[in-house]
Amino acid sequence: MDTSFKTVEKYAYSSGRGLSKKLIEEISRMKKEPEWMLKFRLRSYEIFLSKPMPAWGPDLSKLNFDDIIYYIKPDEYKASNWNDVPTEIKDTFEKLGIPEIERKYLAGSIAQYESEGVYAKLKKEWEDKGIIFMDMDSALQQYPDIIKEYFMKCVPNTDNKFSALHGAVWSGGSFAYIPAGVKMDMPLQTYFRMNANNEGQFEHTLIIAEPDSSVHYIEGCTAPVYTTNSLHSAVVEIYVKENAKARYTTVQNWSNNVYNLNTKRAWVERNGKMEWVGGSLGSYITMLYPSSVLRGEYATASHLNIAFGKGNTWKDGGAKVIHNAPYTSSKVIAKSISMGGGTSVYRGLIRINKGAYMAKSHVQCDALIMDEKSRSDTYPHNEIYEPTATLSHEASVGKISEEQIYYLTSRGLREEEAKSMIVLGFLDDVMREIPFEFSIELNRLIKLEMSKMGAVG
Amino acid sequence: MDDNDLKFAVNNLKVCIDNHTILNGIDLMVNKGELHIIMGPNGSGKSTLANSIMGDSRYRIEDGTIRIDDVELNNISVDERARKGIFLAFQYPVEIPGVSLSKFIWSAQSSLGKNTTLKEFQVMLENGMKMVALDSSFSKRSLNEGLSGGEKKRSEMLQAYMLKPRLIILDEIDSGLDVDALRQVSDMINHLLKNNSAVILITHYQRIIENLTPPYRVHILVNGKIVQSGGYELVKKIEADGYESFKEVN
Ligand SMILES: Nc1ncnc2c1ncn2[C@@H]1O[C@H](COP(=O)(O)OP(=O)(O)O)[C@@H](O)[C@H]1O
Ligand SMILES: [Mg+2]
Repeated sequence: MDTSFKTVEKYAYSSGRGLSKKLIEEISRMKKEPEWMLKFRLRSYEIFLSKPMPAWGPDLSKLNFDDIIYYIKPDEYKASNWNDVPTEIKDTFEKLGIPEIERKYLAGSIAQYESEGVYAKLKKEWEDKGIIFMDMDSALQQYPDIIKEYFMKCVPNTDNKFSALHGAVWSGGSFAYIPAGVKMDMPLQTYFRMNANNEGQFEHTLIIAEPDSSVHYIEGCTAPVYTTNSLHSAVVEIYVKENAKARYTTVQNWSNNVYNLNTKRAWVERNGKMEWVGGSLGSYITMLYPSSVLRGEYATASHLNIAFGKGNTWKDGGAKVIHNAPYTSSKVIAKSISMGGGTSVYRGLIRINKGAYMAKSHVQCDALIMDEKSRSDTYPHNEIYEPTATLSHEASVGKISEEQIYYLTSRGLREEEAKSMIVLGFLDDVMREIPFEFSIELNRLIKLEMSKMGAVG
Repeated sequence: MDDNDLKFAVNNLKVCIDNHTILNGIDLMVNKGELHIIMGPNGSGKSTLANSIMGDSRYRIEDGTIRIDDVELNNISVDERARKGIFLAFQYPVEIPGVSLSKFIWSAQSSLGKNTTLKEFQVMLENGMKMVALDSSFSKRSLNEGLSGGEKKRSEMLQAYMLKPRLIILDEIDSGLDVDALRQVSDMINHLLKNNSAVILITHYQRIIENLTPPYRVHILVNGKIVQSGGYELVKKIEADGYESFKEVN
């Protein structure tokens, strides 16, 4: 008899649908959390109830909070049956050439992708340097003081309705701590972090880069992530201390039933460097505006983003940079592609506060529209309160041109090849900044999407 | 039968745009390694002919046929025509940001089923770039983006060299070229002819023709019709009297 199987069944826990004070107490109790965390959750819940839905952006009226399952034991919710995964997603895995074991992992039918050997070696290296990299639930148990000092300080539960909800029901996610002076040459990848709980609906990521350290954190993958949960609302907080450098790369490709509503923010101290690199594919509605608060002199932020609005999806994304100190600078490059009836929106905010002497910001957003049914909008918002600051903004909206397709096909490329070449060319300057393995995968994925469109149109 | 064997024929081709007839019954036969020169006043339909052969969907064929090796091309896609060995060097090549010239040629070669190793490709690319006097840095630059008129034409010739088509149509390849560039482009055309590609050269100028290796046949296109075909004497006549006398014939 396989007893371990029984054990899993016994502890299987699902909260059922809807949210209540009682449920939140239950979650906290099951996780054996300190008292302050329970209090924080309950306060967040009150804020969530009192806050209105965002009055701007995509239509969220069909999002029914009573119909969401807020807490499932991580193993359980990932452990859906491979047979239940939609064929379209299986096909995509197949075409992307992802090995079967990984496919099952990505589709959520196994909890972890085993590569213990590699992981163990890395883990030893990290420990020797004092780097901490573990799931948030364990971090709360093992490092309660650090967590208490930083948890939802950068993204407070009062920030917006979804950050409040997150504060109430967060579970899982990653904690990364890089001690002063430690420069990591290899990226931290959730992919390698084996002690479970790393993905979920309401995962919390907390990254602390102490002075003079550097870290590259990579999350997600380009293959579609299938989940039956329709709401994903994560929070990412990054603390970049003096002279430190942090880069956060994420590529997400949720299945098209998902509301993907996240809040990601970095605090950047004197001479610190924050780099956001993001690729957003899939999901039903995405709202994502990574933000950087430049708090010390010479702090810099760079935001690079690619959004792919395809079919019945709405990508609402952008960047937010607050300049609070002299000589701070920021750069935003956002590229979006809309196809097959998709909508891509760039929504950005650059605020340069009084006293941010000589602060500089450059924003570039480019949209490529693949067909008549699709659309793209740009809402840049700039607030400059410092007379010595400079801000430049470039925006372009282009339709894929028949002339370009004609030129490329006249050299022998098939129409889909020509289109994906134009799209990849459009993305080129951002692609260069994306880690190699991601750009390869994105390349393949875009080609695949183009060939699907070709078959439809 | 070798790879370059070619039997290309345009018969009684009538083409219109927006119900406006532009080509009014064109006949043209081209065989392996031949050079055909088309001259004619602005707006007479030269580019229309070139693009109709390539398959530009903006032009509608009303009547007549375009055939290669006895296969009718009228309803065949642009890329399929390229795969049958047709190449058009555009009068105004379009810019494609973010796509490098070398990557593009590499993809085009493989779409055409011409498989080379990366090493062979690089050697060939280097040779070709020398022949058309394009600095090697251009191979990494975006396709046609920010290139001068002359550089675009050199890049078109380089592509013809790399893709080894059976039939090369050059639409005003010599317009806007300085003396050196004209020489380099002419040398490349001669090289391609020698390697058995056929060429249809659309031009306004005697200069380039003088650089090209005979034999060749000259066709005068006026108002959508070839009004006269012949040899170098037609070029001389145009140089001396313009197209007026040909218009009268029409
Ligand atoms: N896309 C187009 N739409 C409308 N008219 C066109 C178009 N292309 C060409 N024409 C017209 O067709 C005629 C022939 O043009 P073209 O073939 O470009 O002449 P050429 O190359 O001999 O100078 C001209 O009168 C031109 O205005
Ligand atoms: Mg012309």
